[in-house]
Amino acid sequence: MLTDKDRIFTNLYGLHSPGLDGARKRGDWDGTKAILELGRDAIVDIMKKSGLRGRGGAGFPTGMKWSFMPKKSDGRPCYLVVNADESEPGTCKDRDILRHDPHKLVEGCLIASFAMGANAAYIYVRGEFIREREALQRAIDEAYDAGLIGKNNVHGWDFDCYVHHGAGAYICGEETALLESLEGKKGMPRMKPPFPANVGLYGCPTTVNNVESIAVAPTILRRGAEWFAGLGRPNNTGTKVFCISGHVNRPCNVEEEMGIPLKDLIEKHCGGVRGGWDNLLAIIPGGSSVPLLKKDVCDTVLMDFDSLKNVGSGLGTAAVIVMDQSTDIVAAIRRLSYFYKHESCGQCTPCREGTGWLWRMMKRMETGEAVAAEIDTLQDVTKQIEGHTICALGDAAAWPVQGLIKNFRPELEARIAARRSALAKAAE
Amino acid sequence: MALRRFAAEQPASFAFTADNLVWVDKQIAKYPEGRQASAVIPMLWRAQEQEGWISEPCVRWVAERLGMPFIRVYEIVTFYTMFHMAPVGKVHVQVCGTTPCMLRGAEDLIKVCKSKIAATAKDVTADGMFSWEEVECLGACVNAPMVQIWSDTYEDLTPESLEKLLDAFARGEKPKTGPQIDRHMSAPEGGPLTLTEVKS
Amino acid sequence: MTKIIIDGQEIDVPGEYSLLQACEAAGVEVPRFCFHERLSIAGNCRMCLVEVKGGPPKPVASCAQQVRDQRPGPNGEPPVVITNSPMVKKAREGVMEFLLLNHPLDCPICDQGGECDLQDQAMGYGIDEARTREYRRGVTDKYMGPLVKTQMTRCIHCTRCIRFSAEVAGVDEIGAIGRGEDMEITTYLEKAVTSELSANIIDLCPVGALTSKPYAFNARPWELRKTESIDAMDALGANIRIDSRGAEVLRVLPRVNDDVNEEWISDKTRFVVDGLGRQRLDKPYVRRDGKLKPATWQEAFDAIADRIKTTKPEAMAAIVGDLVSVEPVKALKDLMTSLGVASLDCRQDGAKIGGARASYLFNSTIAGIEEADAILLVGTNPRWEAPLINARIRKTWLRSGLPVARIGAPVDLTYDVRELGEDFSILSGLADGSHDAFQILKDAKRPLLIVGMSALSRPDGAAILAACARLAGATGMIGPEGAEGWCGFNVLHSAAARVGALDIGFLPGAGGRDVAGILDGASKGEVELVWLLGADEIDTAKLGNAFVIYQGSHGDAGAHRADVILPGAAYTEEDGIFVNLEGRVQAANRAVFPPGEARENWKIVRAVSGVLGQPLPYDDLKALRAKLVADVPHLATFDAPAGSPGADAALWGNVGAAGPIGGAPLAYAIDDFYLTNPIARASRTMAECSKLYVKRPLAVAAE
Repeated sequence: MLTDKDRIFTNLYGLHSPGLDGARKRGDWDGTKAILELGRDAIVDIMKKSGLRGRGGAGFPTGMKWSFMPKKSDGRPCYLVVNADESEPGTCKDRDILRHDPHKLVEGCLIASFAMGANAAYIYVRGEFIREREALQRAIDEAYDAGLIGKNNVHGWDFDCYVHHGAGAYICGEETALLESLEGKKGMPRMKPPFPANVGLYGCPTTVNNVESIAVAPTILRRGAEWFAGLGRPNNTGTKVFCISGHVNRPCNVEEEMGIPLKDLIEKHCGGVRGGWDNLLAIIPGGSSVPLLKKDVCDTVLMDFDSLKNVGSGLGTAAVIVMDQSTDIVAAIRRLSYFYKHESCGQCTPCREGTGWLWRMMKRMETGEAVAAEIDTLQDVTKQIEGHTICALGDAAAWPVQGLIKNFRPELEARIAARRSALAKAAE
Repeated sequence: MALRRFAAEQPASFAFTADNLVWVDKQIAKYPEGRQASAVIPMLWRAQEQEGWISEPCVRWVAERLGMPFIRVYEIVTFYTMFHMAPVGKVHVQVCGTTPCMLRGAEDLIKVCKSKIAATAKDVTADGMFSWEEVECLGACVNAPMVQIWSDTYEDLTPESLEKLLDAFARGEKPKTGPQIDRHMSAPEGGPLTLTEVKS
Repeated sequence: MTKIIIDGQEIDVPGEYSLLQACEAAGVEVPRFCFHERLSIAGNCRMCLVEVKGGPPKPVASCAQQVRDQRPGPNGEPPVVITNSPMVKKAREGVMEFLLLNHPLDCPICDQGGECDLQDQAMGYGIDEARTREYRRGVTDKYMGPLVKTQMTRCIHCTRCIRFSAEVAGVDEIGAIGRGEDMEITTYLEKAVTSELSANIIDLCPVGALTSKPYAFNARPWELRKTESIDAMDALGANIRIDSRGAEVLRVLPRVNDDVNEEWISDKTRFVVDGLGRQRLDKPYVRRDGKLKPATWQEAFDAIADRIKTTKPEAMAAIVGDLVSVEPVKALKDLMTSLGVASLDCRQDGAKIGGARASYLFNSTIAGIEEADAILLVGTNPRWEAPLINARIRKTWLRSGLPVARIGAPVDLTYDVRELGEDFSILSGLADGSHDAFQILKDAKRPLLIVGMSALSRPDGAAILAACARLAGATGMIGPEGAEGWCGFNVLHSAAARVGALDIGFLPGAGGRDVAGILDGASKGEVELVWLLGADEIDTAKLGNAFVIYQGSHGDAGAHRADVILPGAAYTEEDGIFVNLEGRVQAANRAVFPPGEARENWKIVRAVSGVLGQPLPYDDLKALRAKLVADVPHLATFDAPAGSPGADAALWGNVGAAGPIGGAPLAYAIDDFYLTNPIARASRTMAECSKLYVKRPLAVAAE
């Protein structure tokens, strides 16, 4: 188990002051100038060596992402955009960083911006996080007042940090939809290429990073790539804030080492599954978009990118949604299907039309009103959506349903059969 | 998602307060020259904070201030679901209904809203005090189930504690925000198991 | 050029080509709904999915991927694109099923039926059985104006209409509100789209969501006879297709001509056609006892012959209108010349043009606008005088942001314009370099000037024209300093007949009067006979006691004043040549026969010449055209602009006439886009547009 000395987010629970003084006591803004003096290339190099993979869900190596930014400006400014549109069901880690450890993020923004030649960063906070937005703004104001950021700051790299916010659209967590939204448009994902590193915000080179990815950067740079890379497993290094919700005795957020066994995570930090481990039905291990795992897999699986990929799911945002035996698993997934239908931006055909169809079929699966052949139709429709859309929301809508069919097909069939026999009885 | 359209009844005009006008200028200054359209969501949100909902004159006002075509601002207002297209109650209860909250009883919270506020979402009580709606994941999943009322969240609810909460609002009180059980933020109930060595 | 293999066939295409374009170059058809060559790429319909080898194991939207971004094979082989694999077929079938999921099964009552992309593609990719058990989504129809009928349940959200209005038309008024499956296309508060090009969204809509309101439920496409022709509503010479059934023209659609109208037409071009069936002159009339009475052709001819024989040539005159093709103008000129009549004019508006051909043409060509890097507008409102010229300027401006300046009253042209004021006397300062805008034109590589009829029809029009030519010379629009082969000196005509009539010299001969002189003479009794060939845009009150022959198609101003009416064909009813403002000769073709006793216009003139005993030397159109080409050789070359006239000092030194330029502001030549000619004034659709778009805004402004 991770010990407190290796935890990065030492005020995750807001037990101490989130303000600048408190943050400084916890080591933030310590030697930031020395870090910048390492130079752009060295910073990117350390980030690469640390093995940090993006914490927003896709797990793209952060250092490599930074290195895609143009080394020399062609006259256009560069931007860092921080994705704080935390909306993936099950996920509430960035919320704690924003409200309790915002200085880690602000410092990370300065360093990351320096490393990619940006003089401005926009932090896009989801609209519902109003208090979180206020807390972040307070931290930024403090940093300006202390001359840590802004023009002619003590670090010698002119840097402005702005808080922007959304107004209720999950899709804005997709990086190009976020950029559209930030430009004052509907959050409809762009086609790639061009990628944001070439044509991003306002047509300028832009890197979009998750809050957690940026907020861990200063600590990595202070403690060294080796320290971070020494935690976790190869290709799955470091620490991670896990969010454990659902049917556990004590749901919570906790920063743990990558690769911690799922069972340990639940038993040690959350008081175990409600009714005991054997009462477990299934777990969605990485936010609503990844396929669920049945208990037998949960018994042994490790919580990192590669382990979960190997069992047909994904780490995603490391949001663990636990479901015990009392769960109506079909209803639980049906509710996710509604979520994706509700959040589809409507731009491209398969997602616009397919997510609604999925939800309506799932409603009938829940009550057993469907016919048995429709299970195959349901599977077909997920396949017609998956891989055919502009962004990954289509895939995200498809996977939970695919996971349900893969793991609980007998349950679906039983409901249909039960309703049939009930109707037959009623007719007698 | 119901069709999002302008309400049938609209005020004749919209105007920001003097304070908000100052705020608007500051907001626009965050974005580069010629990119003032970026301020559209923050401006609309401030308008909603002021008026409680987004009216048609408000859309035109914002569009004109930002040099945007009316239809583009209308697109924004109907796309982003936090914008209310019609007046809501003074206490507008947004119940998170997505799976993590659902697993921990969000459906029961909705029943409370239906019985205590209105049978139909977004219907406002006769006194104009309450309304409710089911919303998608509000990002407080480890404190499920929960509701958001304007800027604040009320977490770890039960039907009983939600009823108490609504009663408190009805009495004009300002109930405690955050977890409604003995718990600190996102730390596990009963006290943190980690970060116990961190002293400041 | 980049090599790419498409379905096994290696081709070489420009790297910036999309995969979809590359497929087309290889002769492989790719289905699409949202993609359109002339609009930005949306990539949202997902119908054009293809498989790319070596990429991720999922199909890609071929409209949104460029050839140069594709990965070559492991040994540097060209990238491989496959459009006929099972993966592609399945993907497209999946998309088609989604598109049809909520699309109504109302093809039998849909006006798009028979020319519907969705219908066509469903034949290839549709499955014959619906797997869905859900209700179909119903969407309320939206009002978009008098031209565009909406049935929004049919919409497949391709967003072509949104992109057209925002990009090409330059009126950002259509949008998609809501999100997900509730997304709906609308205008703000269902206002009519305020563009002269709005109805092009009907053609762009791949399904029956946006259809033609005036044409609603009129015909099926397979019932229509399709005639390729040329539009006469302005001087652009838009290439059109006239769809008719029996004797009736039912609709006009654009044909593609990248050099002229691309694939757009103005709303007037498209919807003026109901005017062809109203207010028609379908039999000859002769004024008896002060009243126009129906007559036989012979009676009409006799009445004319009697007057002509008793009138001196100096007291006779002829004026040509705006909609006639070259042939009748040529015939009338030959007849008048044979009678010794010198008072001929084709410039109803009194524009001070004529002389060298380059001095009255749009020399840069229409497509050449896209090469310009600075534009000066002099007394013109291109949005109303030639909407597609304006669209070209907008297209160029969108692409390059080139500076556009204007002398004249401010009107919204859909792009940024620097206002130099309404005082035309600053032209002198511009021409001699003392005005600061001079330098912008001078520094440009391909500067361009467009002078309109509003300026040239002023009393000082000749001086304005001369100043424009001087300015053109001084800034390198023409002349040695200009880019090779570039001529940026442009006259913007608004009448379809004008350039052709100028080319054949329908202008005052020695001692002859111009339009103003004719009208002046008529009101003083010096001019005793006036032949109006489709001329309705003159002040007929000034015709005094002159004997007026009106030859034309519609009972408009000219016919009301006439003593004899000779019913002629409209532009859709006779073969004829139109010369557009670039000097491009184009052939219009007869789609339907003229109504009643109306006849082809050149034949009417020929018949009168016979009655007068001086028959014109041609008995059919072929002979007339041979004579035309013999007299004006350049009319033999079809479908090509005149080309750059070069920097001939003798030519440019004699354009216009020296003289003072007054400072008085001017009104634009067109005060109502929708009512510029007799056909438009007879059209109910145009009247409705005028009321909605022109008259009402004025009334509101006056409040």
